[in-house]
Amino acid sequence: MTGNLQFDSQGRLRHFLTIDGLSRETIHQIFDIAESFISVGEREIKKVPLLRGKTVVNLFFESSTRTRTTFEIAAKRLSADVINLAVSASSTSKGETLLDTVRNLEAMHTDLFVVRHNQSGTAYLIAEHVPPHVRIINAGDGAHAHPTQAMLDTFTIRRHKGSFEHLKVAIVGDLMHSRVARSLIRALNTLGTSEVRVIAPLTLLPTGHESLGIKAYTDMREGLEGVDVIVMLRLQRERMRGAHIPSEQEYFNLYGLTLDKLACAKPDAIVMHPGPMNRGLEIDSAVADGLQSVILPQVTNGIAVRMAIMSLIMGGSSESGRPA
Amino acid sequence: MSLVIRGGRLIDPTNQIDARTDVFVDAEGFVAGIGKAPEGFRIERTIDATGLVVCPGLVDLRARPREPGLEYKATIESETRAAVAAGITTLCCPPDTDPVIDTPAMAQMIQHRAWRFGLAFIHPIGALTRGLEGTQLTDMVALDDAGCVGLTNAMAPITDTLIMRRAMEYAASFDLTVFLHSEDPWLRANGCAHEGEVSARLGLRGIPEAAETVGVARDLALIEQTGVRAHFCALSSARAVTMVAEAQARGLPVTADVTAHHLHLTEDDIGFFNTQCHVLPPLRAEEDRDGLREALKHGTIAAICSDHQPHEPDAKLAPFAEAAPGISALETLLPLTLKLVEQNVMTLPEALAALTSKPAEIIGTDAGHLGVGATADICIFDPDARWTLSSAQMVSRGHNTPFDGWEFQGRVTHTLVGGRVVFGPTPGQA
Repeated sequence: MTGNLQFDSQGRLRHFLTIDGLSRETIHQIFDIAESFISVGEREIKKVPLLRGKTVVNLFFESSTRTRTTFEIAAKRLSADVINLAVSASSTSKGETLLDTVRNLEAMHTDLFVVRHNQSGTAYLIAEHVPPHVRIINAGDGAHAHPTQAMLDTFTIRRHKGSFEHLKVAIVGDLMHSRVARSLIRALNTLGTSEVRVIAPLTLLPTGHESLGIKAYTDMREGLEGVDVIVMLRLQRERMRGAHIPSEQEYFNLYGLTLDKLACAKPDAIVMHPGPMNRGLEIDSAVADGLQSVILPQVTNGIAVRMAIMSLIMGGSSESGRPA
Repeated sequence: MSLVIRGGRLIDPTNQIDARTDVFVDAEGFVAGIGKAPEGFRIERTIDATGLVVCPGLVDLRARPREPGLEYKATIESETRAAVAAGITTLCCPPDTDPVIDTPAMAQMIQHRAWRFGLAFIHPIGALTRGLEGTQLTDMVALDDAGCVGLTNAMAPITDTLIMRRAMEYAASFDLTVFLHSEDPWLRANGCAHEGEVSARLGLRGIPEAAETVGVARDLALIEQTGVRAHFCALSSARAVTMVAEAQARGLPVTADVTAHHLHLTEDDIGFFNTQCHVLPPLRAEEDRDGLREALKHGTIAAICSDHQPHEPDAKLAPFAEAAPGISALETLLPLTLKLVEQNVMTLPEALAALTSKPAEIIGTDAGHLGVGATADICIFDPDARWTLSSAQMVSRGHNTPFDGWEFQGRVTHTLVGGRVVFGPTPGQA
């Protein structure tokens, strides 16, 4: 568990667990494959036979609608057989360990697990204990990583902005508890983004955030000054109980994205949100549904990106991952 | 059987001996002579210690043999066997067993069990509050009479400051030592790693340095108020160590220990969620490790302990936060300490003092020295032997260690308890 085990001995991607260790070339390669899959979704017959005969299990220990659905659609468009399993955390309380659950499903000849769990490091743990032919995609582990979300976010940015070298990106909200933000920061830095900013009160910034390669702002208007991309993070309503924020009203006043605050960014800035949105808490409807919002294209792109990642790691090599 | 350990380098910190000499042990199990045999001494066995170091058996201030309550992890028999294989002849057992060591009967039972196997001695540390619940004081004097070498609430916090004050006052009335795991329970919350760069990167719930400094600050204020003799267990941060040093300089009766792993590992060793590095208190930053080493050198920290916590393999096969904390550490206590000598942190006699005379002094037992008349608890090791740790071959029932594959210099060859060879090339010969 100490090494970056998503690569095999030849340095090829075996699992997709984290953005850590991915090269800029690999990320762009995935974008290029995703680009070619965009058209599949627009065809009359939305299927390619790349994963025909393969079994994909969506193993979700934490509830999810959007991510699970887009993974399911992605696998089905690749012609895989897909099983969705929502395992409640209570199955562990019945005595079956996490690895027992995985081993049982593996005995049913699963080829790929898409895993979500509320504990950081779970995808690593599973990847370490499956046989070599089984692949793992991390669909979110605790507050650690959500690498496919970061891929679809940066893919969306590339589609709208072209390249990253001159971009200023601001991520607004709860960095402390956000796996989306951790993975996105890593991806943006790997892609050579000129400036990655995070805007939040100190209660939502983890100690040691300076080492993540970001510039932190507590003032939203200052942080949005001249940015090209704004990524809003979802604020869990229960954060009030941990004394991270005083009230929803104060949070919206200070960090909610309104048209007024949006005006601090560049005029052609795009607005993103990984969903699900809290309208009126972190984002105003006028912005969410406005002209600069690319929130729905993010969802569409998510399917293509997940198809690309699945085909890449299941294909074993980059070439076989491309659609015919 | 009377015996002589011939030609070894005897290092006995208490008596300030560091010399090539012979050690004579009589049939009753006591040291009968150093350098020359007492008159009429009959040698029945000779241990050739040429090229070896002979020192008092190691005294470990904190080790959990898991019995009673968690026998599926380890037992007193299995862990005292591992202890003597590592040169450790005295273990102190915290009271967080099941049932808790909060009655004289429990304290006696544990000593008796260890005595029956005749390997290492176990000294219980009694509970400071009943059931470790932090509300009602235990019968401290009765626990002391039953052989407890101190009192502690182990890792269970006493959140009510008044109860802590009373516990200290009561212990002070009878000159008992209180062992403290000082930590603010709210700041610690359910954290599992040092709050810093690594927890930020891995998205692990952090335990801030302030959890320790706030706890130490509170307890120091109460120690000053009550005058109790107190011992801080497993300090992990450089700032907490500084606070303890200042208190010592002011004359407060406080001592401290550190675990061997905190002297070698940092948060970076967690890498990608290595659950073998899930320990409490957490592995902290490099400055902290350096501060702990410095404090050891200057004597603020007197003793190095193993904080041995053996686990069954499944306990570590879980996501990092859910994996059980702790290391099976008896067998790396001496090797990791000798590594500090190799790395010029301290001299060999200083390092051995931190494992023998100093911990013995903290628990106030007649161990950790080899003067004439002392019980012959002796550790003999080859200081030049190079070896690689293989967790699979550990003697302890628990094979959970982050040091698998580490190379060490210095390996125990013989261990004597009460003059009997309980570990050695020909064990069982007494």
